[in-house]
Amino acid sequence: MDPFWFAVIGTSAWAFTLKYIGHSIPMRWLSHPRILKINSLIPIALLSALVAVQAFTKDSLIVADQRLAGIGVALLALILRAPFPIVVISATATSAALFQIA
Amino acid sequence: MGAGGSAISGITAASLMGIRNTLYGLRMAPVLKVKGWSRIFAAQLTIDESTGVALSQEELGSKAMRQGFWLTGAGVFIFWNIFTLAGALGAQAMGNPAAWGLDAAVPAAFLGLLWPRLKAKSDRILALTAAIVALAMTPYFVPGAPIITTAFLAVAYGLRANLWR
Repeated sequence: MDPFWFAVIGTSAWAFTLKYIGHSIPMRWLSHPRILKINSLIPIALLSALVAVQAFTKDSLIVADQRLAGIGVALLALILRAPFPIVVISATATSAALFQIA
Repeated sequence: MGAGGSAISGITAASLMGIRNTLYGLRMAPVLKVKGWSRIFAAQLTIDESTGVALSQEELGSKAMRQGFWLTGAGVFIFWNIFTLAGALGAQAMGNPAAWGLDAAVPAAFLGLLWPRLKAKSDRILALTAAIVALAMTPYFVPGAPIITTAFLAVAYGLRANLWR
């Protein structure tokens, strides 16, 4: 088999295995209050980090571009209790507008 | 990978991203409560998006979290593959996603999903710290490493947190 496809299929299988492991941990291991607390905090940290990396980095460098304004508008919309679609659309429009100007 | 990156760096990157999904699985498994074949589907659909939507529904209870997870997971799976196919068939017409503001839409959407989960001050501090740590690490570590590292931050916060307030 072509090494490229071997790598693609192997990586996919590995990615699925990693996902499956998370779903296969016995429930009683997760029932301790301290573990429950940690388990609820981990996605918060991961998704916050994801937002920061998606919004403020490019090619492993920290950058402030049109996305910064977009996220700023999204944050403002959230503080003003705007519904979710408004949050996303206002961020998208802001970022697109600045991209066109620049 | 197509650009000639070594197999090792490809596997490392896939693992660093993949472990994120392992941790999401730990969070979602007690909510989804699936067995057998359903568990295979649940595992495959465990991604940033499905977990994010489920978490945004946390106040509404487990049923809403489950619905959010399955709908988002299936939706992303379907559309991801359609767009991958379109891309493979040479759909260059769209041009730069940044021109459409899509580079801001994705993080804004994740922020919006996370927002309802950031009511407690301690959770907001964790979120902000995780964002800062991930940004500070980005120039010096391989992609994926900065984000997964913040899981340790969550563990540290969890160990320190007072559970009986």
